[in-house]
Amino acid sequence: MQLDIQIKRFNPEQDREPQWREYTVTLEPTDRVLDALHAVKWHHDGSLAFRRSCAHGICGSDGMMINGRNRLACKVLIKDLRQPIMVEPMRGFPVVKDLIVDMAGFFDKYRSVRPYLISDEAPPRTERLQSPAERERYEDTTKCILCGACTTSCPSFWANSAYVGPAAIVQAHRFIFDSRDQGRAERSAILNQASGVWRCRTIFNCTDACPRGINVTKAIGEVKKLLVKAATRPPHPPPTRD
Amino acid sequence: MWYRGGIGHWSWLLHRLTGVGVLLFLCLHILDTSLIALGPQHYNAIMGVYRLPLFRVLEVGLVASVLFHALNGVRIILIDVWVDLTRIHRLLFQIQMACFTLVMMPVAWIMLRPLLVQ
Repeated sequence: MQLDIQIKRFNPEQDREPQWREYTVTLEPTDRVLDALHAVKWHHDGSLAFRRSCAHGICGSDGMMINGRNRLACKVLIKDLRQPIMVEPMRGFPVVKDLIVDMAGFFDKYRSVRPYLISDEAPPRTERLQSPAERERYEDTTKCILCGACTTSCPSFWANSAYVGPAAIVQAHRFIFDSRDQGRAERSAILNQASGVWRCRTIFNCTDACPRGINVTKAIGEVKKLLVKAATRPPHPPPTRD
Repeated sequence: MWYRGGIGHWSWLLHRLTGVGVLLFLCLHILDTSLIALGPQHYNAIMGVYRLPLFRVLEVGLVASVLFHALNGVRIILIDVWVDLTRIHRLLFQIQMACFTLVMMPVAWIMLRPLLVQ
């Protein structure tokens, strides 16, 4: 089938403003948007720049805005989209070139929530065990691939780039609710700041955009509730009566 | 920034717009009631403007804005308190809009009837 695809192009060495360019390529309806981008790059304009790596929805490299919504180009089929397909870079990040955005700030925020196991205990000789129920508690947020689709679909992030963003909160959630982790207090302190979870307005764009199907809004809500509970808990346990 | 979001996106946008609309009305209301300080004729003049049919229609818009903002706020609070409701947030929005319609239909009729039956 003939496919019309419009791509928002920007070359910082030549262009002052991004501009839309249209291409017509021949593809199968069951091909993906990534295949369309390959067809443009390989047969029409080799200067088109975009990221992709695994091309199977695991690495999260090819996050971009497709027909107005954040998606992974390798997961969206042509037949599911209205033509002409409009492809542009994710919102809220500086554009490096064409569909490539600068994600340095995104990964700085990711690192700011200490996305690793924090434990004062000496490493055991075997695995740090936990029950299936304890593992299930944070199962959903283990699926994040850091593609940035959630953070760049969030109006709170567009309005204030200091906001830590849904992706970093999801990563924090993964460890905060891990029974083996002891870094809850320091992560909570980071997320309780003005740039933390309270900037979330429960808009659900992040949940809708997540290519891994993570209920991001729920994860953020759970962190909010945890912070409220910690703030309203009495500083000392009430005295017990004999 | 334009984004083709879902129900949550558009309800958030409408929440903001209705919030700004109600805030503008409050500012206007403070301004018009303060005209009494300049004399009753000024106050009566502005009240006369408010009795124009166009303002009656705008008043219906004001009630609709307050009602939408309130109901949407309650929906957000419910989701924030019971996070498992995130799974059915679309259904909650539909219920919210059903409540909105049920309240607005008689309210709009009562407010606009004097204009329609004249």
